[in-house]
Amino acid sequence: MLLEVRNLTIRFGSTTVVDDVSFDVDAGERLGIIGESGSGKTLTSLAVIGLLPDVANISGSIKFNGQELTDLKDRELSSIRGKHIGMVFQEPLTALNPLMRVGKQIAQPLRNHQGMSLKEGMKRAIALCERVGLPDPDRIVRSFPHQLSGGQRQRIGLAIALACSPALLIADEPTTALDVTVQKEVLKLMNDLVSQEGSALIFVSHDLPVVSSMTERVAVMQHGNIVELASVDALFANATNDYSKMLIRTAQLSDDSFARFTTGSAQ
Amino acid sequence: MTVILEAVKLSRSFRLPRTGFGKERAMRLALVDVDLQVNQGARLGIVGESGSGKTTLARLLLGLDTPTAGFVKFRNEPLVGQDMYQFRRDVQVVFQDPRSSLNPRMSVENIIREPLECLNVPGDQTARIDEVLTAVGLSLDLRHRFAHELSGGQRQRVAIARALAPHPKVLIADEPVSALDVLVRDEILGLLAGLTDNLGLTLILISHDLSVIARLCEDVVVMQNGVIAERGKTADVFQFPQHEFTKKLIAAVPRLPSNS
Ligand SMILES: Nc1ncnc2c1ncn2[C@@H]1O[C@H](COP(=O)(O)OP(=O)(O)OP(=O)(O)O)[C@@H](O)[C@H]1O
Ligand SMILES: Nc1ncnc2c1ncn2[C@@H]1O[C@H](COP(=O)(O)OP(=O)(O)OP(=O)(O)O)[C@@H](O)[C@H]1O
Ligand SMILES: [Mg+2]
Ligand SMILES: [Mg+2]
Repeated sequence: MLLEVRNLTIRFGSTTVVDDVSFDVDAGERLGIIGESGSGKTLTSLAVIGLLPDVANISGSIKFNGQELTDLKDRELSSIRGKHIGMVFQEPLTALNPLMRVGKQIAQPLRNHQGMSLKEGMKRAIALCERVGLPDPDRIVRSFPHQLSGGQRQRIGLAIALACSPALLIADEPTTALDVTVQKEVLKLMNDLVSQEGSALIFVSHDLPVVSSMTERVAVMQHGNIVELASVDALFANATNDYSKMLIRTAQLSDDSFARFTTGSAQ
Repeated sequence: MTVILEAVKLSRSFRLPRTGFGKERAMRLALVDVDLQVNQGARLGIVGESGSGKTTLARLLLGLDTPTAGFVKFRNEPLVGQDMYQFRRDVQVVFQDPRSSLNPRMSVENIIREPLECLNVPGDQTARIDEVLTAVGLSLDLRHRFAHELSGGQRQRVAIARALAPHPKVLIADEPVSALDVLVRDEILGLLAGLTDNLGLTLILISHDLSVIARLCEDVVVMQNGVIAERGKTADVFQFPQHEFTKKLIAAVPRLPSNS
């Protein structure tokens, strides 16, 4: 098993925000996480790459390739992070260094983990920008984050996460700032890369159509718990938990009403 | 129909970084000659290509950035030279990236109180804070939290609550529901619809989610490459798109497997 999460519990003071969560991700497997805003999706992801805030209290076990991550020191964790586990963060602007040109930021994990020179790293950075569908990559790599649009920044985040071809890619709402045509390309690219490299994927999103196209199994979270974990087909055909049912029903209604809208059959 | 906010031949270009020593610094035309009239009480949707100038247009309409050419009119007068204090009371914004737009050193309560105080909004501030927090579906327990102690969707809702607190006449919202689950999203859309229907709020909604625009906005403009590629009634544009890009956009909307 690539990733084994057991009884993960995260507390801030007396508030429990992730409550006894367990799940597995096998090599090459794709797990979706959907659910309520504030239910613990991001904190669960951050726990896996060891980036929870210091004030968080964590218990339970997270094993990656059999190695317990919750015991590791910062330095040991950072050698795993970026190299074996890549993450696309929910809010791209906060994950980027505002004072560093984005090309250097993409090249950084390559230089740290693969010992590339700056020049080689920059060449790879331009190639990665091209792969994530950024127009004019020569200029993009020389831009600072504030000089880019929301969707351009989001693709920089994806390029950084993909730079070292990680065994596990965690993508937290990776396409919210992209128009649907670019989203389609980026999802295809993620799909291809994950298949080619045999990487595993954890895909966190509120966009149920996207999650269902990208993953095989889906965990539904509410109030810090995984209330249901099932295959995509089973979940959409007959969810058993009341919250999952309501979530899926609402997504289906919205999907239907848009279809009616574009065909002019709206009431 | 009274036009409340207007863009007149609005353009904005940015100097781009050099691509090498001695090379010319090229300009990026982020927005080119955009004309747009927003009627009072309307709900206007802006969709378009990533990087097409939507956020740039929003910042210009808000007077937060200076156009390279053209100008913005508010209530039929050029924005430049107007009483910005009154303008800020009337026109509020929800930014695309909530985390970086919320003051990290302030509690949720103070983030929402700030515009009430700065803009001298009459009435009981604490009651108004509770009211808007409840309206966006946030527990009042969150009032003492800092922005970094919230989830992405909770931050987005704090940004909406802050913008609505001073009872604005116009709300410009840049991807305000992109971090919300569909149940909460529907509540927020209902809230915004109610405010325009009942209180005459004018809404300019920027979103990549075409179903959100279809549900909420009667009119839509489609942007590509710094210009408005197509505009019209949302029902017409989404049903009979004329421009190639609009067609591509509608065709690329992801569908549920069980439904398609
Ligand atoms: N530093 C903190 N102190 C206290 N509570 C926190 C802190 N950080 C997050 N929380 C709480 O933990 C819960 C889970 O947050 P998380 O960011 O994991 O939610 P999420 O499922 O990713 O939500 P969203 O879909 O809105 O992004 C939220 O209710 C949030 O308010
Ligand atoms: N300060 C700046 N300096 C240089 N270029 C900029 C600056 N701000 C924006 N741009 C460029 O202007 C163009 C339009 O950006 P804008 O943020 O308005 O796009 P957008 O339509 O909001 O895109 P998205 O949907 O991705 O958020 C982009 O190509 C962007 O790189
Ligand atoms: Mg989150
Ligand atoms: Mg934008």
